[in-house]
Amino acid sequence: MTAEAMARKFNIDSVANAAATPGQELPWAELGLTEDEYRRIEEILGRRPTGAELAMYSVMWSEHCSYKSSKVHLRQFGDKVTDAMKKHLLVGIGENAGVVDIGDGWAVTFKVESHNHPSFVEPYQGAATGVGGIVRDIISMGARPVAIMDPLRFGAIDHPDTARLVHGIVAGIGGYGNSLGLPNIGGEVVFDSVYQGNPLVNALAVGVLRHEDIRLANASGEGNRVVLFGARTGGDGIGGASVLASESFDSSKPSKRPAVQVGDPFAEKVLIECCLELFKASVVEGIQDLGAAGISCATSELASNGDGGMHVELTNVLLRDPSLTPGEILMSESQERMMAVVTPENVEAFETIMDRWAVEYSWLGEVTGTGRLVIEWDGETIVDVDPRTVAHHGPVYERPYHRPAWLDGVQADAFDAERAGDLRAAVLELMASPNMCSKDWVTDQFDRYVQGNTALAMPDDAGVIRVDEETGLGVAVSTDANGRYSYLDPYEGARLALAEAYRNVATSGAEPLAVSDCLNFGSPEDPEVMWQFAETVRGLADACQELGVPVTGGNVSLYNQTGGVAVHPTPVVGVLGVFDDVARRTPSGWREDGQAVYLLGTTADELDGSEWANLRGHLGGRPPALDLATEKTLAAILVNCSRDGMIDAAHDLSEGGLAAALSEMALRFGVGARIGLDELCERDRIDAFTALFSETQSRAVVAVPRSEEVRYNDMCTARNFPTLRIGVVDTENQALDVQGYFNLPLDQLREAHQGTLPRHFG
Amino acid sequence: MTSTSIETPLIGDVQPSTSGDADGPLSEVRVGVVTFPGSLDDRDAMRAVTLAGGSAVRLWHGDHDLQDVDAVIIPGGFSYGDYLRAGAISRFAPLMEQITAAASGGTDALPVLGICNGFQVLTEAHLLPGSMIKNNHLHFLCRDQRLRVENADTHWTGEYWAGEEVVIPLKNQDGQFVADNRTLDELEGEGRVVFRYVDENPNGSRRNIAGISNTAGNVVGLMPHPEHAVEAGFGPDSSAREDVGLRGGTDGLGVFTSVLRKLVG
Repeated sequence: MTAEAMARKFNIDSVANAAATPGQELPWAELGLTEDEYRRIEEILGRRPTGAELAMYSVMWSEHCSYKSSKVHLRQFGDKVTDAMKKHLLVGIGENAGVVDIGDGWAVTFKVESHNHPSFVEPYQGAATGVGGIVRDIISMGARPVAIMDPLRFGAIDHPDTARLVHGIVAGIGGYGNSLGLPNIGGEVVFDSVYQGNPLVNALAVGVLRHEDIRLANASGEGNRVVLFGARTGGDGIGGASVLASESFDSSKPSKRPAVQVGDPFAEKVLIECCLELFKASVVEGIQDLGAAGISCATSELASNGDGGMHVELTNVLLRDPSLTPGEILMSESQERMMAVVTPENVEAFETIMDRWAVEYSWLGEVTGTGRLVIEWDGETIVDVDPRTVAHHGPVYERPYHRPAWLDGVQADAFDAERAGDLRAAVLELMASPNMCSKDWVTDQFDRYVQGNTALAMPDDAGVIRVDEETGLGVAVSTDANGRYSYLDPYEGARLALAEAYRNVATSGAEPLAVSDCLNFGSPEDPEVMWQFAETVRGLADACQELGVPVTGGNVSLYNQTGGVAVHPTPVVGVLGVFDDVARRTPSGWREDGQAVYLLGTTADELDGSEWANLRGHLGGRPPALDLATEKTLAAILVNCSRDGMIDAAHDLSEGGLAAALSEMALRFGVGARIGLDELCERDRIDAFTALFSETQSRAVVAVPRSEEVRYNDMCTARNFPTLRIGVVDTENQALDVQGYFNLPLDQLREAHQGTLPRHFG
Repeated sequence: MTSTSIETPLIGDVQPSTSGDADGPLSEVRVGVVTFPGSLDDRDAMRAVTLAGGSAVRLWHGDHDLQDVDAVIIPGGFSYGDYLRAGAISRFAPLMEQITAAASGGTDALPVLGICNGFQVLTEAHLLPGSMIKNNHLHFLCRDQRLRVENADTHWTGEYWAGEEVVIPLKNQDGQFVADNRTLDELEGEGRVVFRYVDENPNGSRRNIAGISNTAGNVVGLMPHPEHAVEAGFGPDSSAREDVGLRGGTDGLGVFTSVLRKLVG
């Protein structure tokens, strides 16, 4: 034992001590456990837990780690998966991240997670460590991380606290992600006052690996060694999982000390390269990143996924702060740490790689066949548990839920306010609005070039990354959510979120393959919020089944509420698609003079929940109708168009409708177009305002070269899908010219579109 | 594990390119790319060398051997996390001693290119004057930047003509080039300002300077990233030379072909 460890003689609550002092009270309530949960721990152990055991159970049984409120609903993602949907799945839900086969022996892993609460408390570090955490999940699967995306939701753009959060969160994502050498290829930025005290900071990461390189988090092989490596363990993030992520902010309760982790992107970058060398040299048997609940989580999950036993000497953990107690060491959420299982023969090879990258490591113990996780402190047993009771057999709640009584009133309140007479002014107002304006101010702070494989990034519909330099094989990813739709109808809102992400991926030309989701909700203890959650999961699982794309993993973030007010139900859905060659990806803007502009799909009067209604301060009625069979046909057409070179540009219609799509397509490369709405209005029996601002689903605008028009029309006819020529690309006239209504010079449109974020945050 | 034909690439494992000058004399030229802990664009720089027709060689900061390379690129990134000061720790790497010595012998000395963080390392190593401080707007900025090639006689710019404009991605947080006025006058007077920002100065750099050289012209440093404008489909959306397709800009390739041609003679 080192001198340092000698100095750390605490009043250790050993297993023997716990057995001898059954009456001693422990601070289970302060650690976030309910009395029932505490009694259950006593029952499992047949005695009171030690302080260290209590620390482990409290963090692992927290909402954040155990999914105790959401588990009963999330099962649907597994239950509603058909064999056909599993065809491309190499690893499904339950591991650090799902793995999808994309062909030629390549696989892709991706996952979206939340870091909402820490980002409100400490925006820079909260957002930064959110990126760090999801990237470590990707490494844990044996993959090289190749891209990140960030769906972000803030409060009202002009609220005094919003600038603090925007500056900190954007800088945190950039500061961490840019330093890791990961291109940031997309995401979302939404402003809505419902997120004022609860910004949503979600992060998605994508990794690439060969099939044979998949690594899983399990500790098997009796006698194999357990090693902790990366950054040292400090006092940051202690109790973060159980306290911060699982309790709503409420000023009436005694304040729990903010416990946001501090990130070191340099340490993580080194960790990535060092882990990839470990994988290449095949010197690790199992690997797990340390995220929420730190060593508690890593040891109990590794042990219970493997042969079931592990023996650890906790004084071997390298510390930043020597005053940490055993319980604190077990709970610490210090970043940039990994745990691995190594055979005795590979110990030397492992150490050589660590030394090469100057990464610190310490051998903590070994895998045993006892079925018990035993943790000692200087030889005294402080934890002796069945690891499955910590990691997998936590409490499961069937929380009561019911449909909110207010929903009928909200759904009956359809949008019938002003429909602008001046369409030109309306388009300018829409494109300058916080949710529709250019997000360049944010995305210009992220590196989209590094690694040299970015084929599409913001502001195109999806991010596209080349995987194989020889063949051009690659993937597209898009994330979407519309909290307003979900507020009006959570079941439909979830289906709409999936449909939009799916459509975006197809619009870029990729075949949609798999889903990852991050479900952001208020408190599950509120039966109305719980109903929103249950409906969302049911809607998403049903829609996944209908579109044939499985959920491969994701994350649930509850307690996003301040006082009694919850955020809108916000299911952020990420869809991954595959390209046989990224060279055929479709950009979101037209460039060539004279190309025909076509609208795919039909338009109905659907303004409830729309961005236009939002600009008029209205939220009521029903979200747009969705037919997933139509959505599937549209996707097939868009993918086919890309494959056969029939279109040169495509953009999906979603928030802001046709007005937003046409504006964005024109601004993408600064090329104008002449558009006519008369035929559309006549065919769909709508007025010009509805044609421009309705948010009817399953629509896209494409630019078709003259030479391809016949083929294009034949294909749409063959699939019985409505399409209408609505205009022509016009390079001469630097304007969006909607004939008979307005002529909007692109300079003016650009100024309105780009000015908003710099005006508020520049 | 049995060996497989393709594995998840490690740093510097660039797959062979079919383009470029695979069998020609340029492929004989060995260009080393140094990886420090925290280097990020090292694989990209190696890919650029390969696409230009040369042979890329992976160099490790902790080694003492330059492996007989004919030229060296110090790539972009955040070596040592930019802790203390960008480039301040990396300049003490064992390999930097070799590079500094080999680069300091006049026009026949080792050609060295520093890109972004590499430029910062070269100023810290005193191979180039001046220094980079935080951008004047205090943000990380990633954008496609128009530059003018002011000096087409350096080892790394021979394929351009003086006054030619190029579009090359820029991405950094500490990109503001500063030096005292005497140094700046000296750089201008000796024609050692190699690249200058055009249209808009993105970071407050003195006299719009984007890149400079040493007196002999074998050592060049610049903040923008030419290695991200070398392959059609993965570069910027525009070029200063012609109308290009989506992400079709390859204006940066000339930096790499310049040094290969120079070395082939």
